Amino acid sequence: MAQAAHPAGGSTLVGRPGRRRSEALVKAVLIGASALSIAISVGIVLSLLAESVLFLSQIDLSQLVAPGWFPRRGMYDLATLFAGTLLVTIIAMGLAGPVGLLAAIWLSEYASLRSRNRIKPVIEILAGVPSVVLGFFALTWISPNMVKTIFPGANNFNILAAGLGVGILTIPLVASVSEDAMRAVPRSLREASYGLGARRTTTVIRVVLPAAVSGVVAALILAVSRAVGETMVVAVAAGATGGSLLTVNPLGPGQTLTAAMASLATGSDQVTGDSAAFLSLFFLGLLLFLLTLVLNVVGDAFVRRTRQRY
Amino acid sequence: MVTDHDPAEEARMTSRSSAPDALPPAAGGTPTITVRIDSAARAEPGTAHDDGEQPVLSFRDVSFYYGAFRAVKDVTIDVRTRQITAIIGPSGCGKSTLLRTINRMNDLIPRTRLEGEVLFHGENLYAPYVDAVEVRRRIGMVFQKPNPFPKSIYDNVAFGPRVNGMKGRIDDLVEASLRRAALWDEVKDKLNQSGLSLSGGQQQRLCIARAIATEPEVILMDEPCSSLDPRATLQIEELMAELTARYTIVIVTHNMQQAARASDFTVFLNMAEDRAGYVVEQAETTKIFTNPDNRLTEDYVSGRFG
Amino acid sequence: MSMSAVAAGSVRRSLRASHRDWAGVVFEVLLLLSLLFALVTLFVLLADVLTRSLPVFAERGVDFLTSSLSSRPEKAGVVQGIVGTAITAVLVPLLAFPVGVLTAVYLEEYAPDNRFTRLITVNIRNLAGVPSVVYGLLGLAVFVAAFAALGLGTGRNIVAGALTLAVLVLPLVIITATEAIRAVPSTIREAGFGLGGSRWQVVQALILPSAAPGILTGMVLALSRALGETAPLILAGAVLGSFSTGGSLRDLLAGPYTVLPIIVYDWARKPQVEFRELTSAAIVVLLVVTLFANAVAILLRNRYVREW
Repeated sequence: MAQAAHPAGGSTLVGRPGRRRSEALVKAVLIGASALSIAISVGIVLSLLAESVLFLSQIDLSQLVAPGWFPRRGMYDLATLFAGTLLVTIIAMGLAGPVGLLAAIWLSEYASLRSRNRIKPVIEILAGVPSVVLGFFALTWISPNMVKTIFPGANNFNILAAGLGVGILTIPLVASVSEDAMRAVPRSLREASYGLGARRTTTVIRVVLPAAVSGVVAALILAVSRAVGETMVVAVAAGATGGSLLTVNPLGPGQTLTAAMASLATGSDQVTGDSAAFLSLFFLGLLLFLLTLVLNVVGDAFVRRTRQRY
Repeated sequence: MVTDHDPAEEARMTSRSSAPDALPPAAGGTPTITVRIDSAARAEPGTAHDDGEQPVLSFRDVSFYYGAFRAVKDVTIDVRTRQITAIIGPSGCGKSTLLRTINRMNDLIPRTRLEGEVLFHGENLYAPYVDAVEVRRRIGMVFQKPNPFPKSIYDNVAFGPRVNGMKGRIDDLVEASLRRAALWDEVKDKLNQSGLSLSGGQQQRLCIARAIATEPEVILMDEPCSSLDPRATLQIEELMAELTARYTIVIVTHNMQQAARASDFTVFLNMAEDRAGYVVEQAETTKIFTNPDNRLTEDYVSGRFG
Repeated sequence: MSMSAVAAGSVRRSLRASHRDWAGVVFEVLLLLSLLFALVTLFVLLADVLTRSLPVFAERGVDFLTSSLSSRPEKAGVVQGIVGTAITAVLVPLLAFPVGVLTAVYLEEYAPDNRFTRLITVNIRNLAGVPSVVYGLLGLAVFVAAFAALGLGTGRNIVAGALTLAVLVLPLVIITATEAIRAVPSTIREAGFGLGGSRWQVVQALILPSAAPGILTGMVLALSRALGETAPLILAGAVLGSFSTGGSLRDLLAGPYTVLPIIVYDWARKPQVEFRELTSAAIVVLLVVTLFANAVAILLRNRYVREW
């Protein structure tokens, strides 16, 4: 390599222009790829907004508080759907919250490394089961074998079974986020507690869990968001296709925001793009999007709070 | 830059011991430290720094800022060609920062800026037309903890030439670099093994070979022996002496004895009250360690602080 | 007793627990029960599905896998779903993987810490939490409509479906790729730059190879998720009920389609008892696909966890 001590004209430290150009090209491609994610969000919001506005312009607002959700008859009672979503979510969280959290505590605080390496994959497999499969399981096993044995008068299609199915789906999410939060608690805190003569149970309940509380809250919020957005379990197991009255009875069929959307899409109005019934699909999508967005933003804020702490 | 003959110099040139002598100062008196030279690998005195040849690297009134914080201030140093210049000083005084300005590694950190000039063969490395990538080909770096790539030994050494556009057969270049880094004999039969399979000292020599492969003029070393055992450290120091036949070396070290053993020229950096590093004194190594001009220097090298 | 024996006795007594820790025992039992619940549920689910599906495989065997959809249970089979799922398994990675990895590379290696970057990061996190059914609406409104506008019939083809799924899993790919890239130690980057590498050279020759196992794991997980999704495809136009298409590639790509989870959904709603068995059999096929993909991802991750 020529070592010019002092170049007469032009410096040897100037880069090759070809390399500079290809670097700039690479960067442009990368920025383009990243901007795509913004384009997706914009696309979602725009399409939902446009059709929702169209929907609202076609109906009378009183139809939104009709006695029930019967889209093909022009009744678009939102309370029916929200009640169904709320009921399913409560049942699901009632199962996933405690089970997920307790499983996380065991994995984080009690399990040996070997047990943990054997059991964690199993929980991850549970997370990989498609939701439609869980819906079928809820309808054909949970409903007859669990719900109807305890409540013999229950309908074959009932919200309780659907809620339990959603709960099962959500257990891995609660478990893994909570476990991450607990493992992030520094060992020194635990050691301080043991050093003072506390037992493991006391240490876990009174030291580790309070320290991990934002992470646990994050796990629960994200799980709620997941439960709210879950479609297929309810679509298969809760049975109310085509319409539903406002109900809070978990032993009967019901309808959620999400399953209503699935019903609309599989009904006979699938083809026509302009009928109000079809457009309500987008309106529901908008409501769902906003609801889960709020939940996720709050949940992520809690996740970041745990990370910042330590 | 001509050396005068004096008795101390004579003693230095005839000493050929290869055991590092690290002597703590006698209480209250001037410190006595033996400087070791492996003169067999040296060029003749008088040609190591030619009369009239410009220093390959110079700092002119350099101040460096991380955001609003000034890490080093008003640094003016000459780095002599094909000699070993050591930068010493207490922790946090900006030695590494200063070293990294030479090959513009600090560019990778956002919101940094440099005032003054860093001259390489008279050219300012921070001039707007200068490409940092070119700078780093001409000025190589060896880091504190050996960091070979998770690739084969061959690919480690070949990486530099390859990204610099060299294509085709570079077996010769790889072998030459490994020889110059005193590693060839130990790895010539296992060039395809991972660089991570070597011992710590071997890995650092691999990193040196890797840096040499781009045929730089200057090699920067940021505390290269701090994670190595004494035997590996010694090997690296011997290697450095051999390398000065071709390369200029600037080494940052917090180990004073190492600076005394291995370098020709020493720069003593200290932290001022505003936490910025500044040059207290820069001189031949023997002078810094036996007869420094500055009181602070004497205190530091005799261990009274730092 | 001697004095030292008395002393030893009292020390021993004070060191022994004053009472059994019943609360602790109960708590630990609770913990194990919860864990057991999760494991048992999975086991029961798999066992139930398998036993229900046995008659189908016993009577019809491979014929089940090669027959098309039909309203008559004794003739219905899942081959169209297998084909659809297979095509999806090819298209979704092709669509999502490059964009996802390039975005992750940009965010981790190139992006300055400014508002645009933060906007993208926050946006991706939010997109990851959007329910899959909403992505179906996007697919319907954008991809299906686009294909219809281009004259390809109703626009309800598998490419639109794959695009919808690709958009769905894109945030997941980006997030896992980002984490894999972030895990590469900065010493590797430093050495790469120190040798005169440009940013893209360091990324392509050093960082991506090191991050590849993690990125790959993320892709497999995303694919497994995409292959199990039903709701987005219901909205984006998969066919429920029987249909037939020609065998050419164009027919497959541009015509009506279905995938395994859609078949499961369709059959699950049918009242005939025979379809219960068929649904279980279809679930078995679906689970083989998704659980296999999940297992591959977990294995990849465990094998290539590098100790830096």
